[in-house]
Amino acid sequence: MMAGEHSAQHYLSVYADYADTLPGQDNAFVSNYRQTAWQAFKTLGFPHQRLEEWRFTNLTGLSRANYLPVVSESVDLAWLDTVRLADSWQVVLVNGSFSASLSNLSDLPADVCVQSVREVLQTQPQRVVALLGKAVTVDEHSLIAFNNAWFSDGVFIDIPAGVKLLKPLQIIHVSNVDNSLAVSRQLLVVNQGASAEVVETFVGTASSYFSHAVNECFLQQGAELSWYKVQTEVAGAIHFGGTYVKQAGHSQFKHHNFAFGSLLARSEIHTDLLDAAECELNGLFLGSQRQHLDNHTRINHLQPNGISREFYKGVLDQRARGVFQGRVVVAEQAQKTDSQMNNRNLLLSADAEIDTKPQLEIYADDVKCAHGVTVGQLDEKSVFFLQARGIDTETARHILTFAFANEMVDKVENTDLRSQLVKQLQVHFPAISL
Amino acid sequence: MLSIKNLHVSVGDKPILKGLSLEIKAGEVHAIMGPNGAGKSTLSHILSGKPGYTVTEGSVTYFGKDLLEMAPEIRAREGIFLAFQYPVEIPGVSNVYLLKAALNAQRKHHGLPELDAMDFLTLVKSKVKLLQMDEKFLYRAVNEGFSGGEKKRNEILQAALLEPKLCILDETDSGLDIDALRIVSEGVNSLRNAERSFLMITHYQRLLDYIIPNVVHVLADGRIVKSGGPDLALELEEKGYGWLEGRAA
Repeated sequence: MMAGEHSAQHYLSVYADYADTLPGQDNAFVSNYRQTAWQAFKTLGFPHQRLEEWRFTNLTGLSRANYLPVVSESVDLAWLDTVRLADSWQVVLVNGSFSASLSNLSDLPADVCVQSVREVLQTQPQRVVALLGKAVTVDEHSLIAFNNAWFSDGVFIDIPAGVKLLKPLQIIHVSNVDNSLAVSRQLLVVNQGASAEVVETFVGTASSYFSHAVNECFLQQGAELSWYKVQTEVAGAIHFGGTYVKQAGHSQFKHHNFAFGSLLARSEIHTDLLDAAECELNGLFLGSQRQHLDNHTRINHLQPNGISREFYKGVLDQRARGVFQGRVVVAEQAQKTDSQMNNRNLLLSADAEIDTKPQLEIYADDVKCAHGVTVGQLDEKSVFFLQARGIDTETARHILTFAFANEMVDKVENTDLRSQLVKQLQVHFPAISL
Repeated sequence: MLSIKNLHVSVGDKPILKGLSLEIKAGEVHAIMGPNGAGKSTLSHILSGKPGYTVTEGSVTYFGKDLLEMAPEIRAREGIFLAFQYPVEIPGVSNVYLLKAALNAQRKHHGLPELDAMDFLTLVKSKVKLLQMDEKFLYRAVNEGFSGGEKKRNEILQAALLEPKLCILDETDSGLDIDALRIVSEGVNSLRNAERSFLMITHYQRLLDYIIPNVVHVLADGRIVKSGGPDLALELEEKGYGWLEGRAA
């Protein structure tokens, strides 16, 4: 690495100023966890492109900027209301800090725990200690170390065995201060036979910031979790969001990843499946101008009879660049695994770029695995067909692109969320009217 | 309504149409028959404005205007409808969305207000009923997973809604079994009236058993080599095209 290229000098020099204010420092485990991570980060710096998993994504912009943690709650309430999902519970994190006053958890079943991580670290630190770092470690890459060291708050969620949450829980990450650093850690347990739906929404009103969220999720035997990530950060934001899942036997995990915003965004969804667990990963990334949208997924089939389905679509216009890295690993004992991965991309401009890398690593001999990738442009025959029905070319192109993208939105069952997403698509394709 | 004079069209350096002339009056049904490679599909494409063709000579006048100057969507809004030989499938776009977008584009072009959702649905459902189709058709993605017959009926539904002045049927019979052919033909016949003209392009005579034309033309080697009444189609069925090729009309 070139000297200073990803040295993160700014963060190294300011960490000591903030370390004492971070929650859990009075707990030996947490304090050691942070220190170990920070030592690792000091050695590694930010991930660089010579690392295979970061080949396509350049974080120079991140190491150049001087983001700092802030505390601010002056959120525009009317604006926030437009972000809230109808008929849901909401947790609001402002610049990485849990805001009880902006959150709405009324009528949450009494035995369901949805709390600030900072608060749980004060009152029942052992509950955090039991989970922290159990789904992802600094061995993944140095941005995990960064999160371990810096997380200032987050959401702690525990759904007791057999409880089925009847409404979605929305986690709204708001960044509203320029140059701010928001680092949060979510810990979620869905106990045996329980089910939950989480909608993770990233929004901002500041012009540039670094939003960094790590989620560790634990699905016990037969648990079900649907997770929707809606990344609509502002155009100048840098976003890192990772969801790392441990799936016990017969559990079901569905993830829908919508990446619309940010100048530079990286999403990671990694899951480990035990006996007969199932996962479904869907994604849509929609980039224009100079956006860089990186999607990194890993599905580890560790035991037999697992099922995984992955379908990602990318639409890239102007000078946008998209990355899809999808890796499926089938361990030697994971016989009868059934896995399908598909990535389809639409390039709308000669300057747009997609780097797609599906990987299958199969160590078992009795499995059913398939993957497919396509990269293409709009079908000119379809454009002409629409013209021959009186529709101008611009509208025709918008209709066809919308249709391509909307296939992923159509998979969303929650009608309010679906219409929010359709509105996002309409921002990109204004010539269509619905 | 449509006047084609001495039309020469090339694809790249290759001449396809070599001096084609044709007059269609309001309410007439013309059939263009001819062997493969004669330029039949090129004629339908050039009239609808498909890119990729060069007009080297001649003119096409539509209601007194130069048709070749108009963009494809303008031609459509002005009343030219091409029923495709191979209608495209558009996953993710419902039939009802396509129909509404098409109709409102046409209305806007003519200075009419767009139809609201209720009025539109009433109208489109009346057309569905007219063609004896299932309303479920409306909510399926355009042609996705449709059978050959369903795709062609869907084209006719679009025509029924858009009420074109000139309807070009490009090999509408291709890929249809006899039952589907009868149903599609009934749909076409229901659209015939004193004002609306049709240009039917077909390789086989059998379509003309169902949709009886006023005039039959034989297109061979880029020109119309013979024109006549419906009986000409029967003669072609019997003798083939060989005896006409190389003849000028």
